[in-house]
Amino acid sequence: MVDVLCGESETLRQCRQRSVSKRPGASPGRNRCRLSSTPEVVSRGGNVTETALEARNLFKVFGRNPKQAVQRLKSGASRTEVQDAGTAAVIDASFTVNKGEIFVIMGLSGSGKSTIIRMLNGLHDITDGTVTIGGDTITGIPASRLREIRRENVSMVFQHFALLPHRTVADNVAYPLELKGVPKAERLAKAGDVLDMVGLTGWGDKLPSQLSGGMQQRVGIARALAADTEILLMDEAFSALDPLIRREMQEQLVELQEKLQKTIVFITHDLNEAMFLGDRIAVMRDGRIVQIGTPEDILTDPANDYVEQFVQDVDRARVLTASNVMELPRPLVAETAGPRTALRQMRDAYMSAVYVTGRDRKLLGMVTDRDAVKLVRKGESSLASVIKPAPQTVREDEVLMNLFVPAVESPLPLAVIDGDDRIVGVIPRVTLLAALGPGPNSTEEITLPMPPVPQAEIDAVLGEADAATAAAATEGEAL
Amino acid sequence: MDGFRIPIGEWVAAAVAWVKDNLDGLLDVISFVVKFLVDGLTEVLLGTPIVVVIIIAALIAWAVRSVWMALGAAVSFALILSMGLWVAAMQTLSLVIVAALVAVVIAIPLGIWSARNDTVRAVLKPILDFMQTMPAFVYLIPAIVFFSIGVVPGLVATVIFALPPGVRMTELGIRGVDSETVEAGHAFGATPGQILRGIQLPLATPTIMAGVNQVIMLSLSMAVIAGMAGADGLGKLVVQAISTVNIGKGVEAGLGVVLIAVFLDRVTAALGAPGEYRSSLLGMLARRQTERRNVAADAAAEAPTANEVDKATAAGMRRAAP
Repeated sequence: MVDVLCGESETLRQCRQRSVSKRPGASPGRNRCRLSSTPEVVSRGGNVTETALEARNLFKVFGRNPKQAVQRLKSGASRTEVQDAGTAAVIDASFTVNKGEIFVIMGLSGSGKSTIIRMLNGLHDITDGTVTIGGDTITGIPASRLREIRRENVSMVFQHFALLPHRTVADNVAYPLELKGVPKAERLAKAGDVLDMVGLTGWGDKLPSQLSGGMQQRVGIARALAADTEILLMDEAFSALDPLIRREMQEQLVELQEKLQKTIVFITHDLNEAMFLGDRIAVMRDGRIVQIGTPEDILTDPANDYVEQFVQDVDRARVLTASNVMELPRPLVAETAGPRTALRQMRDAYMSAVYVTGRDRKLLGMVTDRDAVKLVRKGESSLASVIKPAPQTVREDEVLMNLFVPAVESPLPLAVIDGDDRIVGVIPRVTLLAALGPGPNSTEEITLPMPPVPQAEIDAVLGEADAATAAAATEGEAL
Repeated sequence: MDGFRIPIGEWVAAAVAWVKDNLDGLLDVISFVVKFLVDGLTEVLLGTPIVVVIIIAALIAWAVRSVWMALGAAVSFALILSMGLWVAAMQTLSLVIVAALVAVVIAIPLGIWSARNDTVRAVLKPILDFMQTMPAFVYLIPAIVFFSIGVVPGLVATVIFALPPGVRMTELGIRGVDSETVEAGHAFGATPGQILRGIQLPLATPTIMAGVNQVIMLSLSMAVIAGMAGADGLGKLVVQAISTVNIGKGVEAGLGVVLIAVFLDRVTAALGAPGEYRSSLLGMLARRQTERRNVAADAAAEAPTANEVDKATAAGMRRAAP
């Protein structure tokens, strides 16, 4: 079973390509694709992924003697050891964010994630290290140049919305444009467009205080979008919202992102949120980044005990995809194979049907044991006449959450197909359930329960028993 | 210990003398400007027919607060008139208004500066403490040395005494603006000036107005002391009443101060919290405007109400994604 996971990077690339042609808005659920964790992934089209933002060896120390603290941290001192020189909020953090991806920085409070995001746009000075935005290093540049970069390249969404309470919603959204010097009529028109985009049509003349929390944050997002910057920093943007609203906002962000393809750095302490939104996730602890990887990487291959503990509570059904848990496709026969081979496959797999593939492993459908037996009796050698359409198939990037109903309805292990309708694996129900459990064993070999005793045998045993009781009864009556 | 004495008093006296000798021109300019402002305002107030002044006061009260407040203002001013204190009251009023204006003009920039700069704050804090706790009479002495007897030393002493709450409340208001909101300004590339004008000052206005209210009230309380320096007005009457032990005159003059104080306090307090007074003229106008805007906004938002908007949003987003 494990060997299926090895093909992951390959399927990821296919998946990523497909996402471009995917109908946007077709499904509010998450069947987006994942970028691989290495920055230099070459997709099949041959494009090298572009880096939008790079942080290299970032340090942030608050306190009396930050430079000295950094020197000591660099030479291996721990965070507590340099406490006398200053509080180290961020220690040697390096990462790159690719164009068009959602990069999530996750950690508990005090782990330095909010400090990091403020270093990315210069709200916090950088004690040591460099931040590069689209080729411009923002470390040590004059304040006016930094403001220019903020106006043109990086916008931000805040945890508590940070709207200007004395301005109307439309004026709030137009604020970044006002700072850019866009004429009033033009910026209000643009604000109206962006409000339409986030679903707040007609709310432009209200004051922020007249809106609910979720709507206020939509204004916050609209303001950041109105700035029309390549990079969006989102600092715990949904943490202040109710769980239901938060879920909805996450889904809307994903939809918006499909359309706009911004580069988003998203801060959160909620692992489920990180898993849901993130193309890649950086896990932080005590100022250090302990792991960077795709949600699947983090979940299935935690870098250390801390990350493992962290991911214990995650809703695996929403993170793991079909390709993470699927097994080798079995039972499976080629269309060219005869009914005898099909029957043999079914017998070996204890199944009452078998999947049939055409050329290129394209899934054609399935053949049941009854039909196969008939064919064998008739002496036919081709399966073509009895192939029925497969009852349920799922795409390999579907999250487990969406597999339960198909798995229940499918008489065979659920067939997993790729973008070209080729069968790449199957998911028996027992595997699906096992994958939800915590611990490292969830994707390893599982002992299948004993197959049921064939019905004929049971009938025979019951028949004998009935006969025996009947005999005993008649004997009793006779007495 | 008998022979040991640090001659702080002598030093200050020497400093005052030095200023008097060397900065005479500057002192003259200050004296001229202050005299011009106070006398000018007094002349305007006294030159206007009394009924018009009362009506204007009532209208101001109605505009910022309520009809009842307008009525109260009219009655107060009528009472002052009936006690024969009209001229003195108008002199005091103009002294207070000019002093408060000067104090506010100095206090707000100082407050802004100290809100943005911790060093300035550290330097200003003890100075403000000193200004506020030093007995107010003491300011009169150098003021009289500089400007001789009259309204000018009274006003200068009043400004010094009334300044601190203005500075403090301005600083408090600006520092109290939600840091995330200010950060939002920075994050979108606003310059410090744009953040001050567009975010900090508007959001700090209620606190700053509370400071202005305090400045005015302190100016009024100081106006009586200014009477000792020879400034015309109710303060002078109070001082005369004390020196002649004239109970009736003292109470009447004191009552005049109280009536003006209540009027100024209510008006400035209401200015700091517009919208809280629903029956005021300005409040009604603002309300009508928001209502009109809300109606327009609701119409624009079409069918979706606040409860349904989330669903509508999802639909809108799908529509928006072609």
